[in-house]
This record gives sequence, C-alpha cells and structure tokens, in this order.
Amino acid sequence: MISYQQVTKIYEPELVALREVSFEVKPGEFVSFVGKSGAGKSTLLRLLLAEERPTSGEVVFEGESVNRVAGNQLPAIRRRLGVVFQDYKLLPSRTAYENVAYVLEVMGAGEDVIAREVSEVLDIVGLLGKAHQFPAQLSGGERQRVAIARALVHRPRVIIADEPTGNLDPYHTRDIIRLLVRINELGTTVLLATHNREVINRLGKRVLTLENGRLARDEERGRFVI
Amino acid sequence: MRDRSSSSAAIVVMVIAVSLFTFLVFLQGFSSYVVASIENRIAISTYFTDEASEQDILDAKEAIIKMSVVRQVEYVSKAEALERFQERHLQDDVVMESLVAVGGNPLLASLSIRAESPEAYEQITAFLSTSSFAPLISKVDYQDRAPVIQRVSQVSAAVRVGVFLMSFILGIIAVLVAFNTVRLAIFNSRDEIEVMKLVGASNWFVRGPFLVQGILAGASATGITLLLMIPSIFFFAPRLEALVPGFSLWSYLWGNFFMLLLLQLGVGVGLGVLSSTIAIRRYLRV
Repeated sequence: MISYQQVTKIYEPELVALREVSFEVKPGEFVSFVGKSGAGKSTLLRLLLAEERPTSGEVVFEGESVNRVAGNQLPAIRRRLGVVFQDYKLLPSRTAYENVAYVLEVMGAGEDVIAREVSEVLDIVGLLGKAHQFPAQLSGGERQRVAIARALVHRPRVIIADEPTGNLDPYHTRDIIRLLVRINELGTTVLLATHNREVINRLGKRVLTLENGRLARDEERGRFVI
Repeated sequence: MRDRSSSSAAIVVMVIAVSLFTFLVFLQGFSSYVVASIENRIAISTYFTDEASEQDILDAKEAIIKMSVVRQVEYVSKAEALERFQERHLQDDVVMESLVAVGGNPLLASLSIRAESPEAYEQITAFLSTSSFAPLISKVDYQDRAPVIQRVSQVSAAVRVGVFLMSFILGIIAVLVAFNTVRLAIFNSRDEIEVMKLVGASNWFVRGPFLVQGILAGASATGITLLLMIPSIFFFAPRLEALVPGFSLWSYLWGNFFMLLLLQLGVGVGLGVLSSTIAIRRYLRV
C-alpha cells in the first residue's frame, strides 16, 4: 500500500533528514516510527503527504508515485489520507462540528451526508455533546480528538498521526492512542510518529526505529529501546 | 469568536484607496478646467489694412479657422473696434480728446484668434505671414503677447505634469497600502490555508473564498465611498465655486457619475481581486 524506496531527503545546504530509507506498509497495519527528535520521523510522514519532495528515491502510495504527481493531482491523493498533528491545526474560528465538516465540504459532499458523517465520527471520539464549541473552549485532549475526527470523517485509507500526544498529559495520551488502535481495528492503516516510549511499549505493534535519518530497526512487535 | 477585524481593516483601507482615486479624478477635472480657463483668456489679433475689404477679411477668417490648431476666430470690424475702444476709455478724457483730434476712425479691422493650445500661436503666426492674404495684414500682435503666452504655456504644462505625477504617486501608494492590508488579512489566514491544502482542497477551492472576499471588499468600499462622497461634494461645491467661479463640483459629479462609479468599482474590485490573487499565491505552494 505504501512503499518508501531508497528515500533520501537533504535540506539545503547539508542537513540530511533521511538517508536511503526503504520499507513497505501493508493495508490495515499499525506502524509506529520512533526515534529522537530530529531523527527524521516527521519528514518521513511529510513526504507521504507531499508537503516535501525527496531528494532522491520514491514514495509510492497505492501504486502512485507521490513525488512525481502533478501539483493539481495532489488534492486527490491527500483526500485518501487523514492527518493528525501534534498542534492539532484546528481552525480557531470554526466549531468542532465545522472543523470536521470542512473535509467533506472540500470533497463536495451534500449537507445531509455531512450532517450524518460528522455526527457519527464525533460520537466515535466521544465529542458529540461538544460539537458546537470552538477549539478554544476545549481541552487539549478534546482538541486532539476533534483533529482525529477530522482525519477520520472521510474514511481515509490511511491515518497519519505526527506526535499526536506530544502536547497531552498521560491520561489524554492513553485515550488518543486507544482511539487510534480502535480506528486501526476497523481497517484503517495507521502511521504513528512518536517519541513516547510508554505508548510504543504498550502497543506491541510494528515499530520502525530511525537513527540519524537511517532506518535502524524494523520489528513486528517492537519496543522503544534507548 | 469569528475574526472580522482583518476584513474590516481591508475594507477601511480600500475605502481610502477608492476615495483617493475619486479625489484624483476630481482633481484632474478641476485642474483641466482651471488650465482651460487660463488658456481661454489668451488670443492674438491680426490687424488688417484699410485696403482690405470686409470680404477679404472674412475669406481670411475662413482660411484661418480651417487650421486644426485654431479653436475660434472672431471678426471685429473697424466700427466695432471703435465702439469697444470708446467703451474702454470712456472715463479717460485725454484719450477721448485725442481720438477726436485724430478724426475719423483710426482703428483697424481685426481677427481675434484663439488657439487650441498656447503652443499653437507661433504656428498660426507663421501661417499668417506666408498666407495669400499676408499683404493685407498690417500687424499680428503675437510678439507683444509672446512672453505672457509662453508663461501661460509653462504654467499649464506644469499643472498638467504636476497633477499627473501626484495622481501617479498617490495611486501607487494607495495600491501598495491596500495590497499590504489584504496581504495581512490573508497572512492571518495562513494556518487555515495550510489545513485546507492538507485535507485535499484544490487551489481554486482555497483561492475562491479569498477572491470573493476581495470582490466584496472592493464593492463594499465603493458603496461606502459613494455614501461619503455625495454629501461631501454637496458641502464643498458652493465653497469651491466661490473660489473658482464657473466650476461646479456638484455638476461635475452628476455629469460624470456613471464614469466615476465604474472607475470606483474597477479600482475597488480590481484592487481587491488583484491583491488577493497575489497575496494568496505564496500560500498555495504547500
């Protein structure tokens, strides 16, 4: 489903973020990327989103080379992905409902479809009762759950979560990870970048360890080893 | 919670920009009127000898008026010249007594010529000196009036250039200020644009609302400017007419209303759309 083929990313002039990274992700997998800050985890995910282009190598998603796709084709790829960021990236002037609905508006969904789907995903993340509150009125954990609902509402093939628990306390961290696991159990592939050792060791899922831009380890039931 | 301050600021700045353009249009009209008024006072007279018959003079008038640089030619007969002279000097006993002493009518018939521009008088004078009726001409008083004509020409040109430069510079300033305000409004939306791009919005989906906002801001600015302009002109018009008789700002407004409205809409909406388009381009590269 997803394939990184000898991917190297160098930021000018000499900063090597990734060096000849290769791996594949099958449909329905839950894959965690771990490593120190600056190891290249976020860069790896940004390449899949085509926020960045690799210096060399190729990123392939569902048979399409993401880095070779024309600019006007990128929206179509991104609509098959759902993204959760560490800083939530919610639109502050829109309510929780509107933040989630936005994705379906972008896709041209009708009002009735939007109403049904948004309510369903907000219910899944446990925030239906707070649908009409603005992000500033929600806690950090609640905001992240809204972000997850937004990432999920259009039923993407893959959810990309880049340090989703970075700004959260342990309780909210546990809730968010449980949510991601549940989403994965329903069939969505999840890519999680984190430097939270507890999260990784509890998950017991596939772990790819990055060190200085290289793929150091790829373990099916990995642990975060310092 | 909804941020309207950036949009309001953009509209306010665009009202200023549109108002400035409107002011410049009125300034152009006003300065053109003033320059034309000054130029209208200039004329040269061609005096004909007593041997020239009235028909000769009228034929000369026909020939002169055909020149593209000539605006108006007035024939002043000997009798009329005398009448005007007597009216001008009625209170001057010495002049009137001298006239009686000379006897008869010493004044000559003439053609008073007004050109389209001060620069044309030299050309007209040259034409007169080489024309077929040159032998009938006693004098052309261009040389006597040349210094004044030249001065008026310089002042007119300076006013035109000055108004043009001022319009150009103020116009650029207005555009830059409005552009930066719109850019700031869009800058404040950069997070929103980033999210839009990352969830798969196409460039036009992202661009569209900002273009519409630009159009609406421009149209709103035009409407507000009109609402402010009409009572302002109503107030200032009589005061300006007292200073410069003959130029009615109020009449100028209504005489050019639709042109002005189109210009304002063009400037307002154009500025809004152009500013939005340029400002948002850098954020569409995500």
